Amino acid sequence: MSNSDTDIEVGLSAPHVLDYDYRRSLGPVLSRFFTGLRAGTIHGIKTRSGRVLVPPAEYDPETGEATTDEFVEVGPGGVVETWAWVETPRASHPLSHPFAFALIKLDGADTAMLHAVDAGEASAMKSGMRVTPRWAAESQGSIKDLSHFVPESEGSAAAPEAPADPTTDIVTPVHVEYTYTPGKAASRYLRGLKQGKILGQASDSSGLVYVPPRGACPRDGVPTSREVEVSSKGTVVALTIVRVPSENIKVDLPYCTANILLDGADQSFTGLLQECSLEDVRIGMRVEAVWRDASEWDYSSENIKHFRPIDEPDLPFEDIKEYC
Amino acid sequence: MAEHAAVIGIGQTNFDAKRVDVSQVGLIREAAERALEDAQLSWSDIDAVVIGKAPDMFEGVMMPELFLAEALGCVGKPMLRVHTAGSVGGSTAIVAASLVQSGVHKRVLTVAYEKQSESNAMWALSIKLPFSQTLVAGAGGFFAPLIRGYMTRSGAPEDTGIRVALKDRLNALKNPVAHLKLPDVDFDMIANSPMLWDPIRYLETCPSSDGACALVIGDKEAAAQERSAPPAWIHATQMKTEPTMFAKRDQVMPQAGLDCSAALYKKAGITDPRKEIDCAEIYVPFSWFEPMWMENLHFAPIGEGWRMTYDGATALDGDLPVNMSGGVLSTNAIGASGMVRFAESAMQVRGQAGEHQVDGARKAVGHAYGGGSQYFAMWVVGDQPL
Repeated sequence: MSNSDTDIEVGLSAPHVLDYDYRRSLGPVLSRFFTGLRAGTIHGIKTRSGRVLVPPAEYDPETGEATTDEFVEVGPGGVVETWAWVETPRASHPLSHPFAFALIKLDGADTAMLHAVDAGEASAMKSGMRVTPRWAAESQGSIKDLSHFVPESEGSAAAPEAPADPTTDIVTPVHVEYTYTPGKAASRYLRGLKQGKILGQASDSSGLVYVPPRGACPRDGVPTSREVEVSSKGTVVALTIVRVPSENIKVDLPYCTANILLDGADQSFTGLLQECSLEDVRIGMRVEAVWRDASEWDYSSENIKHFRPIDEPDLPFEDIKEYC
Repeated sequence: MAEHAAVIGIGQTNFDAKRVDVSQVGLIREAAERALEDAQLSWSDIDAVVIGKAPDMFEGVMMPELFLAEALGCVGKPMLRVHTAGSVGGSTAIVAASLVQSGVHKRVLTVAYEKQSESNAMWALSIKLPFSQTLVAGAGGFFAPLIRGYMTRSGAPEDTGIRVALKDRLNALKNPVAHLKLPDVDFDMIANSPMLWDPIRYLETCPSSDGACALVIGDKEAAAQERSAPPAWIHATQMKTEPTMFAKRDQVMPQAGLDCSAALYKKAGITDPRKEIDCAEIYVPFSWFEPMWMENLHFAPIGEGWRMTYDGATALDGDLPVNMSGGVLSTNAIGASGMVRFAESAMQVRGQAGEHQVDGARKAVGHAYGGGSQYFAMWVVGDQPL
């Protein structure tokens, strides 16, 4: 979080990273291909018109028709159709030193397959050159079992031992890095939270107050330019007790989340309701924000630890029903 | 005046928690090939393809329509991808229908899918953003407070949701492709299942499914071809949207849904939906959404939807059967779920629904909603052209 407290008109920003390992089932056709790679064989498949697709597909890409069930062993050598040199490989690339991505038509195939060629330097690459595979020392159950190709002059490599079990799925890690910017309105709100204040914004047309503010009222798109400080006290307008774990939520089960309408606001937001028995939580209940120690305040809605009940009479449902 | 359009082919995969026997492409093609077979057409007969699925983080394949173009025979043809969160299967079918109603194409293939087992939807729906705290625990965490709001407003009996779940789970036993089938299900099994997001119990919520659904939509000429089942004529389609959050938004009874169904019936020439519609297949991911949507779809007055469940009106032998297939409660491949609703409504008027067929179904509603109850997609299909 790079902005100083005085830098009022500039929005906050922070890195945001998404990581997830997706596990993909391969189905019968790709399972054959990936299992083959572990034994140093490359399989293609025949289309109904007799063309050999490598990697094999369940369909003919030109017509959409299903392919036949006739697998064909191709290569292992082939011809580079075209290539692009990668001078500065990235972390996710197949080789850590400069290499070429190439479309390689393996012997016996009618389509070219994308893979890496380790040729030392760009001047060693040319369309029409023959290449041969190098196999991974240890199977990862992915396309990386075929590590890369090298110029055929470097000689062929021994195939790895055939696996006992077929490869039926692969893991695809997805890693996406964003710079998250909450925008001007939310940045003002977060700066307020850093000072222990809850700042909303009122719509220029309707006067309705948004907490957190969104910069404009979604009802009519009119800006919410007037800043309003709202109370730390509010009313529960809807609630649930959660008894199921969620990967991104680090609160002990069971817990109550409530849609809380702060006094002076016209839109509820979700808060954690604690310091009361789960049997007692109810719509209409009056609550207040419990703040962390001021020394811990940051640009974060986590400055409010949770909400807790206060000793005030419940609001009747009639008074709050249009906010739930 | 729009051209006539009809559903002339329907294909669904078998749905299951993990379809590890197929790739994503294999799953999608299973539905598409079944729809083509039902329509007695081949890939080359199709003029355009419309694909739908829910958020890309569900499978981690960004812009899957690009790699699906070849797998769905789109080379040299128009191909579109639609996205409206959970309602996407419905809005995808509507976009496909509009390509025929406009006279642009004669035969359009539309496919919607989700392969949820490759990821974790609760993770994908609860991602923690910087500066904030994640507190809404997936879709259940979002919708449970709204259900509590509905219960408070309507005074509906506490066991209404259990009754909905029991009906849908019994219907699922009659549907050969349904995912979750509990042959011994009864009221107590549901009532005693664990509370997940109060007031939603485990057996009142939808499973996480892998599967796909496909439709072939054809014009009058394409519909004239002799097939094993007659066409389902599309009488009217309607979509409406509203923002997820705004001050004084009625999240329990969203205006967009009320307006969408009113506009739908007007287009279809329907003045008394409860009387004129023979059955409805609607998007109910949590049991309580049946009574809520009965009101939102103008089948019941506001505050009275629960009575339809309670009186048995929505049962398979009731006066307005709802979720004959077992519904989203039994099968939820999110991106496909809206299209499955639309497909079931078409199967009913085509007389194709087998054990869960409603006798004499001539007009049916298919309904889907998505996001925070913000996207609505609906259609009316009939056994005769309008």
